[in-house]
Amino acid sequence: MNAVLFLGAGLLGVAACLLLARISLGPTMLDRIVALDVLVAVVVCGLALEAAVHRHTTTLPILGVLSLVGFVGAVSVARFTPGSDDVEAEGR
Amino acid sequence: MTWTDVADVAAATCLVGGALLTLIAAIGILRFPDVLTRMHSATKPQVLGLLVILLGLALRLRDPSAVGLLALVALFQLVTSPIASHMVGRASFRAGQVRHDLLVVDELTEVLPTPRGSKDD
Repeated sequence: MNAVLFLGAGLLGVAACLLLARISLGPTMLDRIVALDVLVAVVVCGLALEAAVHRHTTTLPILGVLSLVGFVGAVSVARFTPGSDDVEAEGR
Repeated sequence: MTWTDVADVAAATCLVGGALLTLIAAIGILRFPDVLTRMHSATKPQVLGLLVILLGLALRLRDPSAVGLLALVALFQLVTSPIASHMVGRASFRAGQVRHDLLVVDELTEVLPTPRGSKDD
């Protein structure tokens, strides 16, 4: 089972590095927020992988919280992106 | 070979498969040209990869209360990720950050009101 942990952690680590590259490159704010959203999913996957290999349930509440609040950042940035018309629609 | 061994092997397959899906999606997010195609790639770890890894975790824990909590996590993720994707796609289209030369069908531009103010420049 340790091989699964190392293999999975390696794959997730490379994925997180690629996502960090997109976050720093990403031409617009929305590109960055999409990559950040996926980074939250990578963190959830990593915690679940560690819990599965060591057979403990300590981190399960963190999975629930992350899956609930992980989208708040994407929604708030999308709402206040300049030119997206959402903010102006409120004033009319 | 007991059924717990079978469950462990299935769990290991699920965990590695989910991590592989996440890596593929990250490559897609780095390589694809604009926001909408990157969102297409982003849904893979958010929905399928996470569900597969949670299935592997459930197969490994084999505890009804933990499995209930995992089902709740999967449900929350399935409810929240379409909301975020919808908001991001809508904002990127209205902010004019979509590459229209890459679109095959574009029915939204005709329906949207004409851009005002800062979007003309």
